[in-house]
Amino acid sequence: MKFRIERFNPDTDAKPYFKEYDVDLKPADRMLLDALVRIKMMDDTLSLRRSCREGICGSDAMNINGKNGLACITKIVDLKEPVVLRALPGLPIIRDLIVDMTHFFAQYHSIKPYLINDEPPPERERLQSPHERAELDGLYECILCACCSTSCPSFWWNPDKFVGPAGLLNAYRFIADSRDQAANARLDDLKDPYRLFRCHSIMNCVDVCPKGLNPTSAIGKIKDMMVRRAV
Amino acid sequence: MVSAYKKQAVGASYGLSDWLMQRLTAVVLALYTPVIVACLLMHRPGTFHEWQGMFSSQLLRLATVLFFGALIWHAWIGIRDIVMDYLKPASVRMTALFLIGFFLIACFAWSVAILWGR
Repeated sequence: MKFRIERFNPDTDAKPYFKEYDVDLKPADRMLLDALVRIKMMDDTLSLRRSCREGICGSDAMNINGKNGLACITKIVDLKEPVVLRALPGLPIIRDLIVDMTHFFAQYHSIKPYLINDEPPPERERLQSPHERAELDGLYECILCACCSTSCPSFWWNPDKFVGPAGLLNAYRFIADSRDQAANARLDDLKDPYRLFRCHSIMNCVDVCPKGLNPTSAIGKIKDMMVRRAV
Repeated sequence: MVSAYKKQAVGASYGLSDWLMQRLTAVVLALYTPVIVACLLMHRPGTFHEWQGMFSSQLLRLATVLFFGALIWHAWIGIRDIVMDYLKPASVRMTALFLIGFFLIACFAWSVAILWGR
């Protein structure tokens, strides 16, 4: 199987270039990550992140034939040859397929991704009704792989000011949580023209999310809460 | 390379109001469009005097000036969104926004002059 992989070593290369690989796949190689591991056996200078190899850790996010996704849960049979692999767009490349996620995580941390509740915790746990718990479905599953944010043009143009789809999905995860008491402060934090409102509902985030989540819908719910609060 | 330290601040409070206003003005545009199409089909104005006759109705004039107001407000928010995305240096952005704002206000004034002029 033929691959074209973006390579970049900041110590020796002025800019990224593509290197072609022709790999003999074995019957057990089913996912793109299996093929990448095989390529790495041929050429151990190829650098990429991977860990759980089952779509939970979010390490091996990359641009696969023009669309962001996780190599470990992308089936080889579904890919058109040559398979073109690039680093996630919009973030600085550290080396080959490894990007610098500093901006991405800075935005994630800016939404205070933890429960804020000043009441003393009860002896066992803060209880939720099944209905309250159900509100978090489609939100808590985010693995922070950055596929969505790095496919978002608004995040490309303003990575320092726009929180991005992953951060906003997580913002709504805490706004919606019945145990969180800081919904108002969280909404205040997002009402400026950049942090939330750079989202123009392009929906690339929904298109690429390997977990099938819908950040645009979460962003819509945040806007809805803001409007209800304001009028 | 060491660049000058500039602390980044966000928090201007017009995000929500602008987003909401863009939607409200869109509703005005959507409501006016079938009204003006119906008027044009009924009157079928060909000459200047027929156009003037059609707009002699104060109600249509008011609806039209409301339409232009909404259109210009809608355009202002949309164009500013584009400027915020693509023009990075603050001085360039300020100049562009000033010129665009001036142009849009002039367009609105012109539409009023046409509607109530002779």
